[in-house]
Amino acid sequence: MRFSVKTGAPLLAMALALTACGTSGGDDEPSANGGEAGSCEDIAIGYFGALTGAAANLGINIRNGVELAVQQFNEENPDCEVALEEYDSAGDPNQATGLATQAIGDEDVIGVVGPAFSGESDTAGPIFAEGELPTISASATNPALSENGWDTFHRILGNDASQGPAAATYIQDVLQSDSVFVVDDASAYGAGLAEIVEEDLGDAVVGTDTIQTGQTDFSATIAAIRDSGADAVFFGGYYAEAGLLVEQMRRGGVDATFVVADGVKDPGFIEAAGDAAEGTIITCPCLPPEESDEFFQAYEEAFGTAPATYSAEAYDAANVMLQGIAEGNTTRESLLEWINEYDGEGITKEVSFDETGEVQNISVWAYAVKDGEIVADQEIETD
Amino acid sequence: MTQGKASPETSPGVARSRAWGPRLGWDRGALARRVTRLPRSVKWALIGVLVVLLYALPLLELPIISTPDTDFGAVLFTVASYVLVALGLNIVLGYAGLLDLGYVGFYAVGAYTVAVLGSLQAQLSWWLLIPLAVIITTISGILLGAPTLRVRGDYLAIVTLGFGEIIRLTALNTEWLGAAKGITGVPRPPSVDLFELPHLEWEGATALIDLDDTTTFLSFGVADQAPYYWLALTVIFVVLGADRMMRLSRIGRAWEATREDEDAAELMGVPTFRFKLLAFATGAFIGGLSGALFASRQGFINPESFLLLLSILFLAAVVVGGAGNRYGVILGAIVVAYLPERFRGFEEWRLLVFGLALLLLANFRPQGLLPPRRARRAQAVDEQIDSMEEGKVRA
Amino acid sequence: MSFLIDNFVELTVTGLVLGAVYGLVALGYTLVYGVLQLINFAHSEVWMFGSFAAVWVTVAIGLAPGSALPAVVGVLLLALLAAMAMSGGIALLLERVAYRRLIRLDAPRLVALISAIGASFALAELMGLRDRVAGWFGLEDTLAPYVSSARDNTRFRNPLDTEGVFTVGGYTVSNVDLIIIISALLMMVALDQFIRRTRTGSGIRAVAQDSEAAALMGVNRARVIRATFLVGGVMAGAAALLYLMRFGVTRWNAGFLLGVKAFTAAVLGGIGNVRGALLGGFILGLAENYGSALVGSQWRDVVAFLLLVVILLFRPTGLLGESLGRARA
Repeated sequence: MRFSVKTGAPLLAMALALTACGTSGGDDEPSANGGEAGSCEDIAIGYFGALTGAAANLGINIRNGVELAVQQFNEENPDCEVALEEYDSAGDPNQATGLATQAIGDEDVIGVVGPAFSGESDTAGPIFAEGELPTISASATNPALSENGWDTFHRILGNDASQGPAAATYIQDVLQSDSVFVVDDASAYGAGLAEIVEEDLGDAVVGTDTIQTGQTDFSATIAAIRDSGADAVFFGGYYAEAGLLVEQMRRGGVDATFVVADGVKDPGFIEAAGDAAEGTIITCPCLPPEESDEFFQAYEEAFGTAPATYSAEAYDAANVMLQGIAEGNTTRESLLEWINEYDGEGITKEVSFDETGEVQNISVWAYAVKDGEIVADQEIETD
Repeated sequence: MTQGKASPETSPGVARSRAWGPRLGWDRGALARRVTRLPRSVKWALIGVLVVLLYALPLLELPIISTPDTDFGAVLFTVASYVLVALGLNIVLGYAGLLDLGYVGFYAVGAYTVAVLGSLQAQLSWWLLIPLAVIITTISGILLGAPTLRVRGDYLAIVTLGFGEIIRLTALNTEWLGAAKGITGVPRPPSVDLFELPHLEWEGATALIDLDDTTTFLSFGVADQAPYYWLALTVIFVVLGADRMMRLSRIGRAWEATREDEDAAELMGVPTFRFKLLAFATGAFIGGLSGALFASRQGFINPESFLLLLSILFLAAVVVGGAGNRYGVILGAIVVAYLPERFRGFEEWRLLVFGLALLLLANFRPQGLLPPRRARRAQAVDEQIDSMEEGKVRA
Repeated sequence: MSFLIDNFVELTVTGLVLGAVYGLVALGYTLVYGVLQLINFAHSEVWMFGSFAAVWVTVAIGLAPGSALPAVVGVLLLALLAAMAMSGGIALLLERVAYRRLIRLDAPRLVALISAIGASFALAELMGLRDRVAGWFGLEDTLAPYVSSARDNTRFRNPLDTEGVFTVGGYTVSNVDLIIIISALLMMVALDQFIRRTRTGSGIRAVAQDSEAAALMGVNRARVIRATFLVGGVMAGAAALLYLMRFGVTRWNAGFLLGVKAFTAAVLGGIGNVRGALLGGFILGLAENYGSALVGSQWRDVVAFLLLVVILLFRPTGLLGESLGRARA
């Protein structure tokens, strides 16, 4: 008898724990969806991406952008409360499979902002297509994603193929540099972008190197940059490594102009690089935030931090869907149609999608770091 | 953390070795004896019910057990692939006593074989890919094992960890293997659409048959994960049978002898190196099989699916379950793969909760959830031998 | 190849700096391994907490860059003390929560590894969720400088400006480079002497050699184990500050990769061997730099691990052999 109690107790405890979190999970949904029964009862949009794991920082930026849009929408439309469902994939394609299946099985969810990364998009994309659940990614930039024939796929930012040439043009025409060192971070985003820049620059590339995400010591790369005598360095990757790289470059006495892309347009870059960030050129397929000061303030008020990489794109993406819901498109089918035909003013760009789901009329802007702030420099004209 | 009345009778010295046998082990004595006494026909019926229940799990949508925040079929497949990996690692670690921290490497080789030869560089048929994946992984196990298995104890852990990372980094930096972009369009198992199976829907404690929510039997599509789970479950049963046969054969005894005392085993005429290599290759075989299934379920793989962290989770599955006991490691794999998905209700706290759960399990079930029978029998003897010799891994 | 030769001095100095950090973190692995034959997987989190303590001290004091030297040295010393105290404290907490019960039960060593892995997950996540924890107490605004952007990089505002000291072979060695390499060597010597000469040190050696005989001779094993964790933690705290002076940022999950590298360094030098830890660190740091220069940075870890495999094949117990006090058979 004594044994059976001993073996039973942990099982019982586990069962209790599971029941407990089962009920708490169950409680969440009605409170999020329910409330006043309005004209658009039981409508939710999803956020799909990392909230935990190593890429959580980027994912949280995006989630916050979506959350802000939903909050504002619900304040303005108290009779049409839209809920936000979060699908935390940790950026992992494996977890994404189950979550995407879950999302298409949840009839309340009629649109999803995400998936955040290219890798998880590859596994979740076909599932969303099968469930006819429209998605708008605010951050996945692998050009191949729109070529899979998924009707539901959209992205609200330019892919690597649109941004890469702009970065190359800026380096050649504005910086007038003919010796460029290209570094990438071996991520799908960074390596893809660096490859395009490298191709476009052709002979001007005097050297290349590949670092790893999570790496902190770049002394070998910096020695190589100095050795090559390059007067510009292009880095394809995210702000965490970019900050460390430029800081160590400056400390190592390399004063080549540092050129990066939208994955670095984040206060975290300046946080990591400090004074070394000064003069960095950041290309971004997004309009300067003149009209969006309102967004900036609302975001800061809601989350206590400045909007960061992809927050504004996520806000735009969510608003495309929310406007559709306000217009009465409360099924997946009609919302998909709404998104496909959408043409409106977002805070990052004029939003409209072509038939593959790519955003049209992308204008790439160059931003520069001045006095610790990322400020607009000029629009990059590509032919 | 409170320990409660952890161990009043524990006093330093030899006395403790006898004291913690029954306390720490999962004493299956009572239950096992009762089951063994049942007539044969009842036993088979019980097993049959259990097997049917396992296959029916994705359709039953049981409350509490099902995951409310993610698709249960997908979780079941993930759990099944962890179970398969744990069975493989159990041979390496539990039977042969080799601490392998790079086991994810074999999982990766299996997955990459299917993806590279099935989509990126060639378009072989799925029926050919699975055996190829298994063969290539086994060969890679032998190639990696031959030099490294001469290293002993914890040194083996870091060497295997290194190889696991080398495999991932090679995939990440080699264009031919898809680099960081990964590989899309990995072939799925061929579908044979036979009939539709309805799912259940629960309202409180009453189950209703939901005819709108059905699974097509053996249609390996993108969204419905249940057929993949059935495939993996079937593979698990086959592997379990083979595992049992190996364990009871001369090979199993040789592994046990090698694990307990390598020098003594060698002296008694056991070619320990060859048996260690065999364990490594068998482990690689099963790991590669699991990886191959994973890739063909997923349809897409990239190097980030094979991080070092996964090796650590695999190891945790085996140890938490009870290294050396095949049913124990199955339970361990379920804990490690299922709990983080079930804990989604905790949102961003779930990994913290998972870490604490591992900590508690390790501290309050140090022998594993289901320790191998040998562990309990030989507890007292082991204790003394252990304090005399060091540098060996024990189940 | 010519690139390696042309930049040999730079690659060597920066490799040694990196190696010094690896070596100091490796000491924690090596000490615990020497005494308990356990891989203290959570040691990386001990280091990570120390790095945050150092950051928080500098945020609290808020010294402007370019301040007078005494102020700079004062702040750095305070940061060092805070990091050491934090890391030492976390190491003791680990010993209490993750290890003590298992050691007393003489549980299988792998279980202790899993216990440490669980503790490591929990500690890292706790740091990544510190804004939420502060939120429980309604302190997220008060503590904003310490807890905001919890999942993101946190910068260490080094009060000491990097300045070149002398130039060798085309590379200007900076004051920070010198401080890091020299402190690592000094701490190494101090630790070596501590283990050789003090009472606690001989206790550590005695338990490492033969735990039961030591107990019979009146050595308090539990106390020695605590001392071992504390010393390892304090060293990790020092490593945390040196790391921040060189690399400038930390993050909730920064410990994991560094921990793997430091453990590799410990094994390379001969795990359980205090001198081996620093030697292993230096060799690993150099190998990563030279390897990157020869075949590209993307292969640096591959080079490092291959080197490890080759060394272990020829010297199965690491370069200096595994010993905390004496060579083990």
